[in-house]
Amino acid sequence: MRGNIVIAGIGQTAFGKLPGRSTISMNVEACRKALADAAIDKSVVDAVFVKYPSSRFEGKYGQKVAEALGLQPRIGGVWDQAGASNISMISFAAMAIEAGQCEVALACFADNPNTGSRKVFERSLGDEAAYGWFGVTAGYAMIARRHMAEYGTKHEDLAAVAIACRRHGAANPNAQLRSPLTLERYMSSRFIVEPLRRDDCCLLSDGGAAVLVMSARRARELGVAHPVPILGFGQGQTSWEVPQRPTLTSTCAAISAQTAFRMAGVGLKDIDVAQIYDCFTITVLMTLEDYGFCKKGEVGHFVREGRIEIGGELPINTSGGLLSETGMGGMQLVLEGVRQMRGSATLQVPGARKCVVSNQGGIMHTHSTLILANE
Amino acid sequence: MSEQSDFPLPEITPLTEPYWKALSEGRLTFQRCGSCGAAWLPARAECARCLGDELGWETASGRGRLVSWVVYHHAFHKAFAQRLPYNVAIVELEEGPRLITNIVNPQAGLAVDRPVQLVIEQEHGVALARFRVV
Ligand SMILES: [Zn+2]
Repeated sequence: MRGNIVIAGIGQTAFGKLPGRSTISMNVEACRKALADAAIDKSVVDAVFVKYPSSRFEGKYGQKVAEALGLQPRIGGVWDQAGASNISMISFAAMAIEAGQCEVALACFADNPNTGSRKVFERSLGDEAAYGWFGVTAGYAMIARRHMAEYGTKHEDLAAVAIACRRHGAANPNAQLRSPLTLERYMSSRFIVEPLRRDDCCLLSDGGAAVLVMSARRARELGVAHPVPILGFGQGQTSWEVPQRPTLTSTCAAISAQTAFRMAGVGLKDIDVAQIYDCFTITVLMTLEDYGFCKKGEVGHFVREGRIEIGGELPINTSGGLLSETGMGGMQLVLEGVRQMRGSATLQVPGARKCVVSNQGGIMHTHSTLILANE
Repeated sequence: MSEQSDFPLPEITPLTEPYWKALSEGRLTFQRCGSCGAAWLPARAECARCLGDELGWETASGRGRLVSWVVYHHAFHKAFAQRLPYNVAIVELEEGPRLITNIVNPQAGLAVDRPVQLVIEQEHGVALARFRVV
């Protein structure tokens, strides 16, 4: 299956504040642009995979998106792994195409927590509200504290992630937050839930993004100009809520990456650029460790001195990630991976041939990995 | 709105009622599986290890260790705006179950794996299981 399936087109809306736009409308815009990017007509699409908007769950949402697209997909519906959903939808689309269940799939996601409701990100994390246990940030902060205590991870290590993403976002004309960050400004920014500061937390954003998935053969038949082959994918589910999780400092990101790299038949050393889900800075540190780019506890050394910035050994989040480009849940990272493999990224890594993309959701509950190539 | 009027009280269900009742009587309890011996909090209807449903409640010793903690500098619920900054911690009981709690004496110095001891406190008519570092 390796390389048989391609991402044939990508599309996105503007990111940031889009008052008055429904998530359905943003999904349609993103899909329309993905079709235009591939220069194909929507009539060939026979599958629509949709991640539901995190800020508002509603039943049959996938059918509402398909209806707005004027499609009657053979396979269509909503996938829920929170922030891991987008890569997982692409994976399921690839498997469905291989299994002959469909030929051309749209996978899309849109959300509007910036102008709509952000309550979902601030709600109680269980029956423990009486103890003041609220907000997604706190779960990640709980993990970050333990990681700092076990491995000596420093605020400067978290900062290195934020600084890299903000530098890359500043170069991206479509990014929501375009101000670069210095270590001094990071260290003086206020704590939200200690040990995490404002600059450790991703943006809240309105926006939508979509990709078009098909076989390499179909892409040739349709004359798609810039198909990007999918070499591998994988998933892993930690599942336990944070308080019940036997270990806080590693996740099933490791299993997800092992599956994806085995399928791709490539190793970490083959990766030229990475798009690592950065809902919070600690997520990037732990994903780099769990993927095996460095030993557990050595990620501080790995990310320092610009190694994850453009021009470094492993540039990450070259369009700014969730910390700078847009806080939407993960599809933008796939789009940037595709641009890097096409050679068309704003901050292009020269000669990049392989890109790994991570998505994760909940509070490190879910993980999904995608490996793209330019071959 | 006062803190009193919209304090987020626990939702007590048939599953969790034994836990809150015991806590109001001064005992921190947890569930143990009659089939495989696994122990946990919060309450479940089935054991997540062996899937058995013959479960019992046991009283904890009250001794545990601090797994991790955070300090809120932002109130995600207005009932907590007046107590900023405040801590929320994960404690692992010596019997194994883990729970969300608060440390009542953070000035004593917090560190992961530090021993803690149960302190039951009343708040808005509900008994809460908090801990002090020892
Ligand atoms: Zn059992």
